[in-house]
Amino acid sequence: MHLWQEFRQPNSISEAIEDLLNAPAPVVPIAGGTDLLLEMRQGRHEAANTLIDLTSVPEMNVIEKRGNFLYIGACVPVSQILASNLVRNNAEALIEACDLIAGPQVRNTATLGGNVAHALPAADGTIALAALGASAEIANQNGLRKLPFLELFLGPGKSAIDKTSELIAGFYIPLSDHGQASAFKRIMRPQGVALPILNCAVWLEREEGTVKGVRIAIGPGGPTPFRATAAEALMQNQILDDELIQEAVKKVLEQGSFRTSPRRATSEYRKHVVSGLFTDTFTQAWERSKK
Amino acid sequence: MRKSEITLNVNDKTYTLPVKPGEMLASLLRERLNLTGTKIGCDEAECGACTVLVDDQPVLSCVYPAARADGKKIITVEGLAKMVHDVMKLHPIQEAFVEHGAVQCGFCIPGQIMTAFALLKRNPDPTQEEVRYALKDTLCRCAGYPMIENAILAAAHTLRTGDPLPLPEIFESIHKQEIVGHKHLRPDAVDKVTGDAIFTDDLKFDNMLYAKVRRAMVSHAILTKLDISKATQLEGVSAVLTADDIPGEQNHGLVILDWPTLIGVSQRVRYVGDAIAIVAAETPEIAAQAVQLIDAEFDLLPVITNPVQALEEGQPQIHESGNLLKHIKVRKGDVTQGFEESDIILEHTFHTQTTDHAFMEPECSIAVPLPDGRIEVYVGSQIPYQDRSQIARVMGWDEKRIRIVGQKMGGGFGGKEDIAGQIHATLLADATQRPVKLLYDRHESLIAHPKRHATQIRVKMGVKKDGRLVAVETELYGDTGAYASLGEKVMTRATTHSAGPYDVPQVRNDCYAMYTNNPPAGAFRGFGVTQSAFAVESMMDMLAENLDMDPIKLRELNALHVGSVTNTGQELDESVGLLECFERLEAEIKKINPTPFEPVVNSDSPHLVRSWGIAAAYKNTGLGGGAPDFSNADIELFEDGSFEIRSSAAELGQGLVAVMQMIVSEEMSVSPDAVRVLVMDTDLSPDGGPTTASRQTYITGNASRYAAKTLRTAISSFLAEKYDVEPSKIKFKDGSAHVNGHQLSYASIASEMKASGQEPRVVYKYNAPQTQALGTGGDMHFAYSYSVQAAEVEVNTFTGEVRVLNVISANDVGMAINPLGLKGQIEGGVMMGLGHCLTEEFIMDEGNVVTDQLARYRIPGIMLTPNITSIIIEQPTADGPYGAKGVGEISSIPTTPAITNAIYNAVGVRIDRTPVDQEVISKVLRENIV
Repeated sequence: MHLWQEFRQPNSISEAIEDLLNAPAPVVPIAGGTDLLLEMRQGRHEAANTLIDLTSVPEMNVIEKRGNFLYIGACVPVSQILASNLVRNNAEALIEACDLIAGPQVRNTATLGGNVAHALPAADGTIALAALGASAEIANQNGLRKLPFLELFLGPGKSAIDKTSELIAGFYIPLSDHGQASAFKRIMRPQGVALPILNCAVWLEREEGTVKGVRIAIGPGGPTPFRATAAEALMQNQILDDELIQEAVKKVLEQGSFRTSPRRATSEYRKHVVSGLFTDTFTQAWERSKK
Repeated sequence: MRKSEITLNVNDKTYTLPVKPGEMLASLLRERLNLTGTKIGCDEAECGACTVLVDDQPVLSCVYPAARADGKKIITVEGLAKMVHDVMKLHPIQEAFVEHGAVQCGFCIPGQIMTAFALLKRNPDPTQEEVRYALKDTLCRCAGYPMIENAILAAAHTLRTGDPLPLPEIFESIHKQEIVGHKHLRPDAVDKVTGDAIFTDDLKFDNMLYAKVRRAMVSHAILTKLDISKATQLEGVSAVLTADDIPGEQNHGLVILDWPTLIGVSQRVRYVGDAIAIVAAETPEIAAQAVQLIDAEFDLLPVITNPVQALEEGQPQIHESGNLLKHIKVRKGDVTQGFEESDIILEHTFHTQTTDHAFMEPECSIAVPLPDGRIEVYVGSQIPYQDRSQIARVMGWDEKRIRIVGQKMGGGFGGKEDIAGQIHATLLADATQRPVKLLYDRHESLIAHPKRHATQIRVKMGVKKDGRLVAVETELYGDTGAYASLGEKVMTRATTHSAGPYDVPQVRNDCYAMYTNNPPAGAFRGFGVTQSAFAVESMMDMLAENLDMDPIKLRELNALHVGSVTNTGQELDESVGLLECFERLEAEIKKINPTPFEPVVNSDSPHLVRSWGIAAAYKNTGLGGGAPDFSNADIELFEDGSFEIRSSAAELGQGLVAVMQMIVSEEMSVSPDAVRVLVMDTDLSPDGGPTTASRQTYITGNASRYAAKTLRTAISSFLAEKYDVEPSKIKFKDGSAHVNGHQLSYASIASEMKASGQEPRVVYKYNAPQTQALGTGGDMHFAYSYSVQAAEVEVNTFTGEVRVLNVISANDVGMAINPLGLKGQIEGGVMMGLGHCLTEEFIMDEGNVVTDQLARYRIPGIMLTPNITSIIIEQPTADGPYGAKGVGEISSIPTTPAITNAIYNAVGVRIDRTPVDQEVISKVLRENIV
């Protein structure tokens, strides 16, 4: 039993879609493959007849400005995102998240596309993109379309992408403007599965001492990546002080579902540390926005 | 685009190869190009051993589809060293790894070197932090991280400046002689940095089959049905064997023969890893598919998950003999009277977890049938002669029909003492008359082999107001899992050491070593003492606080010293360096902080609090308890003037081959380069006994030494007669004998001896000093090593996270034969102790293994490595080689309680269960505030 029979490296998105639809089934598209190939080897994902390696698709490998957006192809290796000044200048939270994804060797092949396609509610890249207000570019045989980022997620491990006919081609992130900044942090435990106990990304825009706008993403705070919209609404256009942060924490706790994950974290612990994690992340982004 | 061929450039050579379905780059390199320097440690993108460069980027070749490498440039570890004028010139990184002692077992080294190579290409002048960042996920279980880091920084300097390689500062032994006591490079280090070193899975034989094991995967059951017919019929399957096919005895075992090689129908399954059938097929994939086709049915039985439950009345009995493997008792004086005389009595119960050795090289055995009916078994094993006898018993053969050909071992730590695939491979090779390779993947390794005993330890201590210990009572429950393995021995050591390294008049220790339906537990560095030391040393700090005494002062007051009588009734008459460990460590720690045990709040981040903690331990060298403890060494002088020293002791990375080489070099007054070492071959090297109990430097070191001394005497006698001089007038110097002003080379001596019909060869059997069985008084062990460690931690009072910043480790090792190797053992020991304390937990759920991947069982990486300061104490033991005692285990034992005591000193939370759970710290601190 081989993990795949046939290996294909399409040269364009349309060729990739063509393979996805017409190559001998089952067809499994991979980006870096660092998770998916292991799942196949460990019997947690069916073996493929055709493995489609998307890393060869040039359009999915670019980091560039497109209008008012930063575009990151779904197959750009995480290490190249980390090395990109364009990303660093526009999406610090994503840099900080990418810096914590796996280890250096894995980052040379792992991609944001793969990180997001797994549809985990607390993937580091996912949480950063959620706070950065990203949208996803989806490809199918009709062409490309944009999808608000959070609409990609249906449930834990369940993506809205139809894996038999669609691909995530890349991500659009609004370019950073004056007074805007972002940050990402997470809390781990040294034992067991290398999944965060909690991670948090904050994007904000400030004007003097006022929070003009804010996006807060926390994982896992529910079955899909959690945007703390109640806390965001509370903070919008308010002057920042300790009390505002305390009130925002309350909203985060009210709205989010911080449940127990066996051997990873209890609900009680998550509810305790989320306040500090959010405060630290928010404060970091706030300090950055002064520059 | 579909391709039928790929073209790739590997180490400057271009290959065009047909595409193979499902192939990863690691397999292509290893299987098709025979570049076996690239190692597979986990096959799950966790360990970094398989790192190669693809277009200058380090990637994990175990999850990199080979076809993706089409058109790319690959560099493997074999591509770094270059031939210059017919001489292999190491790359500066390779040279630095050798010179800095960064190479131990060597299995991870290709990954470390390639990761470092990529780093220095990108960043020629990295900081320490940048080195650590790059190596974050390249794991080393010998944990030579400080030396790896220093080697990379040294190589960077040389590459940048062209200066000679900066060498490490290595202390010299106070008992040094010509060779021993000075820094010495391992004889196998160069092969380990070039990728030439061969480990078992690197071997291939013509016509070889691949084996897989069908395991029960239920914890406790009766096997009611086993149908192998579908598997047998699968094309490419050569043999499917069950218990019915065992020619000799069904069971194997190191001490007690209680472990069935295969479980038969109507027999009892005792843990998930029990084997019920074995398959040999043309490829590993076919073997794996065949295993899936085997139908098995079970009647499930209630599962015993812990040792306390196992001893309760009315529980199912796992073995015919019951669930109690052994009740171990230590008695000294009258503990009841002791508690009556005590001013303060404290009592507390501690729990330690199951842990896995997680050696980087998973188990591999290859059995090769020979035309004469014998079978060779290629395997990395800590006890080659025991492998031979255990295989022979199951095969129903004479032992001599089997030859164990020991291979380089990618770590063992006690986990390669029991049988893994040796017998299964032999059964299949015998049935098929073809070579059979049985390689475990990481998943199977985690499920099958014996672990460290999870232990519950109740400690009760009575003390006088002035701090003198009066009475110690301990009660231990050890989880030995489904089979005995070395459980009785391990738990005996846990028990005898459970009063700590202290002189206590009244002691009572009881231990119940219990069978359960968990994976078996056996030997693991520390051998039970890791567990009891955590309990006792925590309790010592609790007493110190209660007495308002300095924790060092309390320990010093009670420390074992010359003249002390241990809890087993042994009077210590020499080589007790414990007080010196305390003195030297205290001086060191007070240089850094005069009040080390006080909490220090970080003024910038008040939720971060630091403090130091301390713990002490002792650990026997050798088997002890009355067991005959011996090793044989066979030394031979050849006509080219070289020597070979042979013993079937095991080299698992710890550095024994270097020690043997140095000793022969010292005794024969010859360059170490003229001494070859051959170990672990039961046809070619005599029995060196088990590599366990920190015994080989002492036992096989002595065997080598006396073998060499005897050979030197024989040569002296020969020359005395031949040249008619007093033997005492013959001197050995600089690789030759000096007789009457003449210089005779060893080469000519060998020729002359052979010409006159004498073999320049000696086989020496060294018997260690006699010991006494537990309970009979007298010397239970012939030597002990001592250690005191201090750890500085930083605790996050909000999240409960713990970071270890500094460790000072003071060890009395008798004499440092190879200070460079010793450094590796000490730093590696600290890191393994740190892992035991903070990161490692082998989790089971009703006997099912939850931590069945390396991704779930976390061993410490370079990022967790604290600054480690080593203090070497050398109080020689009279019978040890040049005074040396064991060091392999002692270096890791006090680390856990030093860290947990530091946590208490920082934030007042007493950890009584390992590993440390940050949630517990956070919770206790929250509740204390409320």
